[in-house]
Amino acid sequence: MPVTDSAVSVRNVSKSYGQVEALRDLSLEFPRGQLTSLLGPSGCGKTTLLKIIAGLLPASSGTIEVGGKAVVGPGPDRAFVFQDFALLPWASVIRNVAFGLELRGVARSEREAKAEKYIREVGLAGFEKSFPHELSGGMRQRVGLARALSVDAQVLLLDEPFSAVDEQTRRKFQEDLIALVQNENKTFIFVTHSIEEAVYVSDQIAILLPRPSRVHEIIRPSISRAQGLGSIRRDPEYLDIVDEIWASLRSYVE
Amino acid sequence: MTIHGYKLPMMSSLLVWGLLWEIVGQLDLTFFVPPLSEVLVTLFGLVQTPAFLRALSTTAYAFWVGVISAIVIGIPVGILMGKSRLLDELLLPWVNIFLSAPLTALVPVLMVLFGFGTKTIIITTALFAVWIIILNARAGVRNINRSLVEMSRSFGASPLDAFFKIYFWAALPEILGGVRIGVIRAVKGVIIGQLLISIVGFGALFELYSSNFLMAEFWAVLIVLFALAFTLSEFLAFLERKVAYYAASR
Repeated sequence: MPVTDSAVSVRNVSKSYGQVEALRDLSLEFPRGQLTSLLGPSGCGKTTLLKIIAGLLPASSGTIEVGGKAVVGPGPDRAFVFQDFALLPWASVIRNVAFGLELRGVARSEREAKAEKYIREVGLAGFEKSFPHELSGGMRQRVGLARALSVDAQVLLLDEPFSAVDEQTRRKFQEDLIALVQNENKTFIFVTHSIEEAVYVSDQIAILLPRPSRVHEIIRPSISRAQGLGSIRRDPEYLDIVDEIWASLRSYVE
Repeated sequence: MTIHGYKLPMMSSLLVWGLLWEIVGQLDLTFFVPPLSEVLVTLFGLVQTPAFLRALSTTAYAFWVGVISAIVIGIPVGILMGKSRLLDELLLPWVNIFLSAPLTALVPVLMVLFGFGTKTIIITTALFAVWIIILNARAGVRNINRSLVEMSRSFGASPLDAFFKIYFWAALPEILGGVRIGVIRAVKGVIIGQLLISIVGFGALFELYSSNFLMAEFWAVLIVLFALAFTLSEFLAFLERKVAYYAASR
């Protein structure tokens, strides 16, 4: 396999909250144009790591580089998709999607044109004037996704984005996500606690173990997606990897 | 409430109480309670007199200036207190003290400081209203969904953007609740101020009517004031309900 360059590099990052050590000396490379999952039991610091990469939390020590530049705070090269969607309840879908651009000072007509494009892309055409409380959970997360896409960041950070939507919607999201990784030339960092979800959508899976968090193992599933997405879940390698990950995680659950 | 299948309109129980007042008045039990009909007749005559209209306009002026200053000062201070730990530690004890303090006792001091006129009444009005507005704006900001704050930071919001595009709107239901209670308190403030100074606005009227035992006029002015205060409060409650629809989905 060819060595791809990294869009995001995490080097020797530690994070402690007072006495509590959340991350210890964690290093990880995120290949450009691919989807990397951060997988682990709850409390393993995967969301903490994601927020440090986003620049929302400072690391206690170590460095993060995105596109070769050190992270000192939030930046236009990264966009975040939130677990609870984080939509403005008082704003319409189109204003929510355009909000990232609005904060960057993009003119109204321009940002709304762009927002409309991404609203169509995530399948919400016709809902531009709706308000978040009128939408289902799945549709709200599509708004969150469209907002992250519309700022055209190189790196998309997704914090358990599908955990608050129902199972069927979730499956559709997972298929859409795979298509998105293939069509958009962006790097995706995806936090999940679902083993099946991680194996299904990922190019690379980093398994984190808790207290304090470190990378236990990196798995690169080489499941062929050529026969269509429907066959992934029947692929023997998919099943083997799911079993293997569960075997290494089960002792940490409870 | 429904009686025999007829739905009674809101507040129709007032009719019963009005009738009771009329009966007590007609029985001539005490000169303090003239019949309601007499009061109402007086009311319609009174509201057209220049003295009443002048009292209404000076009161309305002092009231609105007081309320608007309380809002303009209270909302930003409350939001900043909700955001900044330091400011909160500095100001919260004072806000709580003044919220529960009997502010009426301060009015004589204000009279000495600011004179026996509109200025003192405006300041009294603002003092009655501002504390609850501060406290509610603060509570609104503290209850804000953390991920909205993180969202705005992650998309590069400046502190000013965050203030005007996130904090203000997120706290709006609480802010409006505070403004509504503040306005009700301001009505008390403006009337108490005028009563204590007793040479301005309705205070002067009350003084005039009660010292000359003109009870019908006295009650008429009181009814007008009660009705105005109630209408104002209901209107603000209506506004509050209009923005409440999104409060649940935060």
